Order: sequence, then structure tokens, then C-alpha cells
Amino acid sequence: MNELRRTFLKVSGGAGALALATAAGVLKPAAVAAAEWNQDAFAAKAVADALKSLGATNLIESKDIVITAPEIAENGAVVPVAVASKIPNTQSISILSEKNPFPLAASFAIANGGEGYVSTRLKMGETSNVRAVVKADGKFYTAAKEVKVTIGGCG
Amino acid sequence: MAEPMKIRATLQGDVADVRILMMHPMETGQRKDSNGQVIPLHFIKNVVVTHNGKVVLDAQWSQAVSRNPFLGVRVKGAKAGDKIGVTWTDNKGDKRSDEVAVAASS
Repeated sequence: MNELRRTFLKVSGGAGALALATAAGVLKPAAVAAAEWNQDAFAAKAVADALKSLGATNLIESKDIVITAPEIAENGAVVPVAVASKIPNTQSISILSEKNPFPLAASFAIANGGEGYVSTRLKMGETSNVRAVVKADGKFYTAAKEVKVTIGGCG
Repeated sequence: MAEPMKIRATLQGDVADVRILMMHPMETGQRKDSNGQVIPLHFIKNVVVTHNGKVVLDAQWSQAVSRNPFLGVRVKGAKAGDKIGVTWTDNKGDKRSDEVAVAASS
């Protein structure tokens, strides 16, 4: 009985201290919230495997996802890609370059008023589809846009 | 030590348009140096963007993101003077955090 009480005290004390530390800004909330890096999804060499590791099944083609990327990218090392999702309650956006050695390029989790929009720059090995996968309300939506690459950016 | 980020946050209506430029080599692990040795993987794995301490974007990246990465995000419900913080962590455990205040629209 004593032991149980001790454990209880330890647990509640620990949680309390953590909450206090977060409130005081001592402990960066980032350190608490940073999700585990999805090793399986990023190591996948096929688009289907990467999607499976993301948990993205039953993909729905959606016109509410707008991918902004050049039709022809002269330099595959720097391809500007922006994804805007107009789907309500967008929870995450993942970007895949389908013919890269490892297709999954980036995965963004959105919360607390972050808008369904991300913009970044990717490396692309060769001409291929850039695919965006958006998770909203537990469902997965997708859209793709082809980018022609003149000089590959993976070598 | 990692170089500082360039962060710009400007208000457009009630949405803060945040642009972040990080300084990082983002090695893919596929390039070779002049001696034919493979340059090892070195890339940013995780980027966390916060708005007044609350996480608005938690990004996981692969080596496919370009060198000196750019990231653009939009934060709803922001006001001038709000704090936007950015922290990145790379695969070698190196970290960098920077913070800016949201500027009023010009």
C-alpha cells in the first residue's frame, strides 16, 4: 500500500512539475510536442509503402488541394512547391515526389490555428508527379501535379 | 553552432504570413566529394513553429528538402506583436531556435 502511494505521488508530482515548467516557459513546448520522426515512411522507396506508413489509405482525389509548383523546373535541386488545402479541419499535409529515391519529402502536422498552407523548396531527381496528401477529420485526400525537371537535383 | 534563421512574419488581415529561411547543408547522403567518398546524410528532421508558445506546425522532413531550406506558413488569428518561434533539429542532434514578433501589415 505504501508503495502504491509512493508511485502515485511520484506520477502526479512529475506531471505537475511538467505543467509548471511549460507554463513558466522554462521547458520549450516544442520539446514536448515534437512528434516521433516517421522512420518507416521516410525510408520507404515506393510511393505506396510511404503512404501506408503514413496511415494514408482510401485516398480521395480532391480539387480543394491546390499545388503550386513550376511546370518546368530547370534546377531539380531547388523546386518551389506550395500546397494549400481548402478542406476544413486540415490536420496534416504530406508532400511526395513520386520518382525520388525516397518519395516522401516532408510531412507537416498543423494545429492551433495554423492554416492549411505550407510552402517550401524540394529536391527532385527527375520529372515526376508531386503529390500532396492531406489528412482532414481522419480522412485522406490527395492531389498531384507533374513537374518536368531539366537537371536532376539528387546527385 | 548553427547559423541563425531569417524569419519574417507580416500580418495580412488576421493571418500572419510567416517566411523562414534556415541555413543548413541538407546533405542527401548520395553525393560524393572530390575523393569519391560519399558525403554522409546531414539534414533537418524536425521543424516546429509556435505562435505565442502554442505549436501551430510540426514538420517532419527528409533529405529531399533543398539546401538552406525555405518554409512558408500562415497562422490564423494572429495580432501584431505576437511571438512566432521556430526550432529545428537535424539528424545529428544539432538545434537552433529563433523568435520574431509579427509585424503589422505595411
